[in-house]
Amino acid sequence: MSLSVKHLLGIKELQTEDIHTIFRTADNFKQVLQRQIKKVPALRDTTVANIFFENSTRTRISFELAQKRLSADVVNFSASGSSVSKGETLIDTVNNILAMKVDMVVMRHSASGAPWFLANHIDASIINAGDGINEHPTQALLDAFSMREKLGDLKGKRITIIGDIMHSRVALSNIYCLNKLGAEVMVAGPPTLIPKHIEGLGVKVEYDVKKALQWGEVANVLRIQLERQHKPLFSTLREYALYYGINKQMLDDLQKEMIIMHPGPINRGVELSSDAADSKQSIILDQVENGVAIRMAVIYLLSGKSELE
Amino acid sequence: MKTLLDTKQLDITLQRLAHQLIENHTQFKDTVLIGIQPRGVWLSDRIAGLLKGITGQQSIPYGKLDITFYRDDVHQGNEIHVPSQTEIPFSIEDKNVILVDDVLHTGRTIRSAMDALIDYGRPKSVELLVLIDRRFSRELPIQPDYVGRTVDTIITQKVKVYWKEKDLKDEVVLID
Repeated sequence: MSLSVKHLLGIKELQTEDIHTIFRTADNFKQVLQRQIKKVPALRDTTVANIFFENSTRTRISFELAQKRLSADVVNFSASGSSVSKGETLIDTVNNILAMKVDMVVMRHSASGAPWFLANHIDASIINAGDGINEHPTQALLDAFSMREKLGDLKGKRITIIGDIMHSRVALSNIYCLNKLGAEVMVAGPPTLIPKHIEGLGVKVEYDVKKALQWGEVANVLRIQLERQHKPLFSTLREYALYYGINKQMLDDLQKEMIIMHPGPINRGVELSSDAADSKQSIILDQVENGVAIRMAVIYLLSGKSELE
Repeated sequence: MKTLLDTKQLDITLQRLAHQLIENHTQFKDTVLIGIQPRGVWLSDRIAGLLKGITGQQSIPYGKLDITFYRDDVHQGNEIHVPSQTEIPFSIEDKNVILVDDVLHTGRTIRSAMDALIDYGRPKSVELLVLIDRRFSRELPIQPDYVGRTVDTIITQKVKVYWKEKDLKDEVVLID
């Protein structure tokens, strides 16, 4: 059985079984990535376009490597320096790329919902690589995959997400994903950065980071996204670091081995101190490594879906 | 439906295959056994067990190979295949590899398996062991080195292998 969806737009649309299928497939790819020859010929007949309307290093390299490890052909597009600056619309841009016989589109866009809009207008499979403040599904999958590697089945496990929940597509996708896998989720941070009524998504809310650390087994620490804050939501970065930042001392004071994660890029010394980010508990680089395997799995499982329709 | 091998015959056949392997690879010094996922593994499990029993050697390297990403029909069917596990906890570099699968039909699976195998290293040689050889239905120039039973079939027929570990009986049948 492969996936129940044609696109990966958000975790919200996935069945729990889909997530397990992606994990099982990623297990295989992770093994492929540890071989001398880190490549399989599965997608020799597939061309993928990476369309990035917003900056990215990790996600974009990760997607591109995943595609190359699957033997797919890759074209990259970034909005800066393209015809977008001449006023071309999103659908025109994508349709022109698809006219060159591209089978799959990976898109990052600053507008929430852009991939859904695109899915209504084009035939190719779309993978959402982050849309505004909505979803970042492959990040949530690789986060959960990395947690599963450390903790086993996530059912009943306690995961805290700390930081800028309001502007974070990683937070929302993580919440959907972890809920589907049966984990308990808590969000923590300053009240101004936690959306009202977020309890409706089935998560606990905590404003005291120390208490949140005590409750959880994993802390997924998120970046403060100053670029998305149109009015100040806390006084200074220094104040944020003082009250909500996580450092090694706080981790040492806990009576347990807390797993520290961060989707990157880290604002060192703000949400996470350097000694915490580089500590043994941190699995930040495992996340990056797993990202390639997860993206290979998603691309592989969605490939060939366009001929189906 | 016709029985090709019943429990007793299957047992005798497996014993013979194991002995033939020992005949050619006496000490299994540089020889490794690799079952093809998913269905070849039931056979390779048995063969590996028999080899240990007969030779008294506990350390015959034995692995499992998934070929999903090497198929030549990845995007031809309606469903994309979800892979099984590959477990090859040793180097195949310069080893004599014995590939094991239950039924040899068109030869395409074995073609994929050889491609997959080569990505793990350069074996000294590769041999093929199958339980059932559906002769005359090959689409590629691939022939087995060790055969349990050769049968003449037409394309609409199916060969089904039952193993007591999962099907509660040992039997090979031909279904029309």
